[in-house]
Amino acid sequence: MSLVNEIDYGTPESKAEKLVSLEIDGFKVTVPEGTSIMRAAMEIGIKVPKLCAYDMVDSFGSCRLCLVEIDGRNGTPASCTTPVAEGIKVTTQNQRLGRIRRNVMELYISDHPLDCLTCSANGNCELQDMAGAVGLREVRYGYDGENHLKSEKDASNPYFTFDPAKCIVCSRCVRACEEVQGTFALTIDGRGFASHVAAGMDEGFLASECVSCGACVQACPTATLMEKSVIEAGQPEHSVVTTCAYCGVGCSFKAEMKGDQVVRMVPWKDGKANHGHSCVKGRFAWGYTNHQDRILNPMVREKITDPWREVSWDEALGRVASEFKRLQSQHGVGAIGGITSSRCTNEEAYLVQKLVRAVFGNNNVDTCARVCHSPTGYGLSKTFGTSAGTQDFDSVEEADIIMVIGANPTDAHPVFGSRMKKRLRQGAKLIVIDPRRIDLVRSAHIEAQYHLPLLPGTNVAMLNALAHTVVTEGLVAEAYVRERCDTQAFADWAEFVSLPENSPEAVAAYAGVAAADIRAAARLFATGGNGAIYYGLGVTEHSQGTTAVMGMANLAMATGNIGRRGVGVNPMRGQNNVQGSCDMGSFPHELSGYRHLSDTATRTMFERDWGVPLDPEPGLRINNMLDAACDGSFRGIYIQGEDILQSDPDTHHVSAGLAAMECVVVQDLFLNETARYAHIFLPGSTFLEKDGTFINAERRFGMVRKVTAPKNGYADWEITVAIAKAMGMNWTYSHPSEVMDEIARLTPTFAGVSFKRLEEAGSLQWPINDKAPEGTPIMHVGSFVRGKGNFMITEYVPTDERTGPRFPLLLTTGRILSQYNVGAQTRRTANTVWHEEDRLEIHPHDAEQRGIRDCDWVRLASRSGETSLRARVTERVALGVVYTTFHHPTTQANVITTDYADWATSCPEYKVTAVQVSPSNGPSQWQETYEDLSRKTRRIAGAAPVVEAAE
Amino acid sequence: MTRPRIFVPRDVGALALGADAVERAIVDAERRHSLDIEIVRTGSRGLFWLEPMIEVATPGGRIAYGPVKAGDVANLFDAGFLDGGPHPLRLGRPEDIPFLARQTRFTFARCGIIDRLSPADYRAHGGWRGLERALALGPDAIVEEVTKSGLRGRGGAGFPTGIKWRTTALAAAPQKYIVCNADEGDSGTFADRMILEGDPFVLVEGMVIAGIAAGASKGFVYIRSEYPHGIEIFGRALAIARAEGILGPRVLGSAYAFDIEIRVGAGAYVCGEETALLDSLEGKRGQVRAKPPLPAHHGAFGKPTVVNNVISLASVPAILADGADTYRDIGYGRSRGTMPIQLAGNVKYPGLFEAGFGLSLGEIIDDIGGGTKSGRPVRAVQVGGPLGAYFPRALFDTPFDYEAFAAKDGLIGHGGIVVFDDMVDMARQARFAMEFCSIESCGKCTPCRIGSTRGVEVIDRIVRGERRAENLVLLQELCETMRFGSLCALGGFVPFPVTSALTYFPEDFGGAPLTAAARAA
Repeated sequence: MSLVNEIDYGTPESKAEKLVSLEIDGFKVTVPEGTSIMRAAMEIGIKVPKLCAYDMVDSFGSCRLCLVEIDGRNGTPASCTTPVAEGIKVTTQNQRLGRIRRNVMELYISDHPLDCLTCSANGNCELQDMAGAVGLREVRYGYDGENHLKSEKDASNPYFTFDPAKCIVCSRCVRACEEVQGTFALTIDGRGFASHVAAGMDEGFLASECVSCGACVQACPTATLMEKSVIEAGQPEHSVVTTCAYCGVGCSFKAEMKGDQVVRMVPWKDGKANHGHSCVKGRFAWGYTNHQDRILNPMVREKITDPWREVSWDEALGRVASEFKRLQSQHGVGAIGGITSSRCTNEEAYLVQKLVRAVFGNNNVDTCARVCHSPTGYGLSKTFGTSAGTQDFDSVEEADIIMVIGANPTDAHPVFGSRMKKRLRQGAKLIVIDPRRIDLVRSAHIEAQYHLPLLPGTNVAMLNALAHTVVTEGLVAEAYVRERCDTQAFADWAEFVSLPENSPEAVAAYAGVAAADIRAAARLFATGGNGAIYYGLGVTEHSQGTTAVMGMANLAMATGNIGRRGVGVNPMRGQNNVQGSCDMGSFPHELSGYRHLSDTATRTMFERDWGVPLDPEPGLRINNMLDAACDGSFRGIYIQGEDILQSDPDTHHVSAGLAAMECVVVQDLFLNETARYAHIFLPGSTFLEKDGTFINAERRFGMVRKVTAPKNGYADWEITVAIAKAMGMNWTYSHPSEVMDEIARLTPTFAGVSFKRLEEAGSLQWPINDKAPEGTPIMHVGSFVRGKGNFMITEYVPTDERTGPRFPLLLTTGRILSQYNVGAQTRRTANTVWHEEDRLEIHPHDAEQRGIRDCDWVRLASRSGETSLRARVTERVALGVVYTTFHHPTTQANVITTDYADWATSCPEYKVTAVQVSPSNGPSQWQETYEDLSRKTRRIAGAAPVVEAAE
Repeated sequence: MTRPRIFVPRDVGALALGADAVERAIVDAERRHSLDIEIVRTGSRGLFWLEPMIEVATPGGRIAYGPVKAGDVANLFDAGFLDGGPHPLRLGRPEDIPFLARQTRFTFARCGIIDRLSPADYRAHGGWRGLERALALGPDAIVEEVTKSGLRGRGGAGFPTGIKWRTTALAAAPQKYIVCNADEGDSGTFADRMILEGDPFVLVEGMVIAGIAAGASKGFVYIRSEYPHGIEIFGRALAIARAEGILGPRVLGSAYAFDIEIRVGAGAYVCGEETALLDSLEGKRGQVRAKPPLPAHHGAFGKPTVVNNVISLASVPAILADGADTYRDIGYGRSRGTMPIQLAGNVKYPGLFEAGFGLSLGEIIDDIGGGTKSGRPVRAVQVGGPLGAYFPRALFDTPFDYEAFAAKDGLIGHGGIVVFDDMVDMARQARFAMEFCSIESCGKCTPCRIGSTRGVEVIDRIVRGERRAENLVLLQELCETMRFGSLCALGGFVPFPVTSALTYFPEDFGGAPLTAAARAA
């Protein structure tokens, strides 16, 4: 094992088709037109000295080390900024070039500390390398001239430091911030010798607009920007390439290691989802894996009011098996069930659903996609024939019109958000449909052509109004529809959307958006070239979530925007493996690859492979399990890696269901909120401690590789296998690759997947089978998976959750960049400096009416419950709308949300709750009681009091 | 009897010398004498030692008086100056003043003569003829005409203007721009400013022609913030030009659209460099861009852009009006046409002298400039701004021509000449060049950013006599590094003043003086 060092070609790849041949130091090379001489040289292994060039950003030409000579041309052009030309002869090394380079290096070093031996970049410093490469032997200027050596170090960012004394002002950080991340937080301030890197208005990194994505740190050739973890631990010695376990972008990272300790996580340039970029979570927020709150031993207790008792694995597993068997014998086969995790690997999710179906003997299995993207699966499969997004991320590079609906990519999917911003800076147009003014609406060098700030709950009406405009104004892509879609379904749909009640004018009356804007946005989308729709939970988490997904699919088909690059309907999947957990058969009615249980052929294939009969009847969904628990028929549950008490809606209902069960088994890294109701706790392992695969939002299988041994002793899949064995099954898996082989064997969509194949390809997008051995970046090319594209009638039915005199405001929820979902991980990292509490965003007018000022404590009440949190008065939310995040358990945002849900998939309606907001003095009585109970239910016998969830 | 007309310059040079007070004094006198006088505010003729130089219209032509102080006005009235009466300050017909008489004025033909904001006066003096001919010729023929004239970039680089225009004309893009560089920052230069203040329409006309030729419908004039009067006057000229239909959707009723916007600099010398100018114009920190891509392909806001100096553009109307040949026939070698030479520093006759290329440096300094103001011997002249070489008397036979100066490691730049007498300390001047660069560098490339600061330190050491021989070698190497290693001409040309000072005036650096023979060699 060694350190993975990607080649830095100095300048980005040219995508030109025309090839150009030239000669460099006597060697012939042929490269695409537009390639820099520097890159062409690197292609044949000739390293031209360089400091400011870096292939993640455009060439810059400032360091002047890469000067070369070209026969017949004057002077010494920089090889990074000079493109190749046919037939030129380039010299990269001679006496004159050597002298200029050495003398430039001499200037650099005349203003640089001479502390190489104690420098954190020692051994991995490009300045050091270049001093060696050019043969610098002395600095004739001396070291007592004017310099920056006394500049103060900025250690304000929790993860890295900025030491201007070591800065060579190459602007790589500034350019990475602009070109890769698109935040424009950094600049060069001052002129001449006084030029220096400044964050924001020179206010330091933490106080600036910096989003801590790490692109600058990665770009820095010296120790100027350096991870604090490297400063502490020293340079890593080997790396393991793996996949990030935060959001559905699925970035590839190099875990850079010293022995079994992670020193830093660095985005991998060959990663096809992220191309070497990262966000603050994946790059830096991995400290939770070593957090003191992690539970490393199995624990049991009789009653949830008892303290936990640490036991051996054998005892804990034996207890799980005996309790589950007892419950089934006393209350029937259907008395228990399981929940697969969207945070765990495909192999782990697959094994949990197999445990339920093959060992428990029922189909009571569900997954957290129930509460996020279940409408995506259903809606897209009805219209297109596949339960997944249609594009790869790279597709955005060819989009001309980007429509973002109910998603906030720069916060929730930041690495893809950056790529989208890059495309927008290149001139693509943007339409944002969101109740809140998300950052994309207007940020550095980006402005949405249209922001339609609709009232929460009116998505379907809005989509119908857009479709109405497209159809009635003759903007339908008729040839496309005729060739690719079911014409009868189209005709019915066209007639439906053309109804006057679907006109922008009719919808405007209750959606809160001007009809003219709706029409203009529709025209732009239909006529502006490649139109791509990106959407998130703001679409799905509604009582009409599925209808809205179908509405987007209809719109995309009607405008001819499916089946090629630059277009598509793209769900921004929330969790690292939510796509995978769905694909693996985690829903009660479906086997892997979205095949219904009632299909005898499929079921028989599984029965034969697993050697057990399967119940053809779908099992219970999460909410049904909780209902059944309250009724007394459902008694035990195995929950792997999901915190339903915090994440599912209507917390009172969830806690009542859990409290009613006799055996709640929680497998997790931490004593999460759900574990308060657990009887058996099985410590889980992190993504760094196991092998497996994740599937990201673009259907991409990415390898997850074990970089260190599980601190708890077992990877999660091993624990599920052990439960099956304890319950009498003879499962013999010795490695997740065997699980994947089984999945491939049983699932036509994944027939071509194996660990070996993934090792070779790096990553692959499903379907991967004989028809598509290299995977499928773009779906529905040529024809839809289901044959003809199917238009669905999408009648707008307002949610039953209505505002009224008692609850006049609409609450909607979302996420923030630095925190991740329920915060179990990110709250246990230094990311809390950016978001230490959830706040309620409220429009100044609504705040004024209620006597609420910024930072005041407010009481937030709905028909379901109430909680207290502090207010942020802002015009980001429209009048009548309030917004909060749900990262902190003390906020208990889901005490407020209702049990209304999507008609088709039971996906909860998190995004619309009628509420009232009033001033308050602090946390509610309920919150205080909850806190107290929280402490009590987390006691561990013989252990020091458990530290409360890290803030 | 016609209404008496008095021409009072409002050029900043004249204002600094009291032109406004002179105007007030004239108004007072007018009231006292119960006269009705028309006062016309003009630009400057460019004879600064005579400013404020006021002129009166007489049947025999204009008669100049100067330099006039406010206190002289009553006296002038008494002397009957409205009729060109005799007075100690009377200069006679301005065109007979030798400094003016020796000039060949194309670009500055109207400057100091016309009411600078009167389009009618502009037309009466030959204005708009170039544009009218351009409209008749069409883009290709305009480019051809400008190419044929031999006009080269007057900002300093001397790149053929016609070729630059053709490059942009051939670049396919829905939007292109004409950018006028009015960030005139060189020491001893004021030609751009005189045009902005004294004949703004000639620049408007030149830019419109450039726009038609290159296929650009929008122009920007980037004016340094230190030129508030120029900004004001040019801004007013633009408004008038729009009202006159010169600018707008239909230039002089043609199918061509063109408009001009002023962008004001923020005090950085380096923003006179065309790519740093473009960054600054776009609202960014003025920082030099690497070339390629050339601005002609990828300029302002990423669009194909012609970037020309004020004088280049202001020379175009005359070329179009009188024909390329008329212009090309003047000049020397490959330097065709006229150059507005700007004489400044310690010189007896400071001012603007437009003449064909080819005068010797000695003629310019001694004959035209009249030697030093102090009366002491001329020791050195710096030609081409702070990055120009210092030439000793021994090089006074050098003809004023791009190539001839380049051959002697000098440059004519924007045509500014600063004269020094024998009191000058050339080591201090060399140090100043480095210091200027260390302050004014954009900070992008290493040789310029760090090298200039080290240059100051090394020169200090040489002057102090610290390890002189080694430090002289180091300074030479530093100059080589900056010259060949810098990204743009700022760092790249700083070695010119430094090495020329070292070469021709070694005694100021503690070395032995050059022999006369060595100097001449």
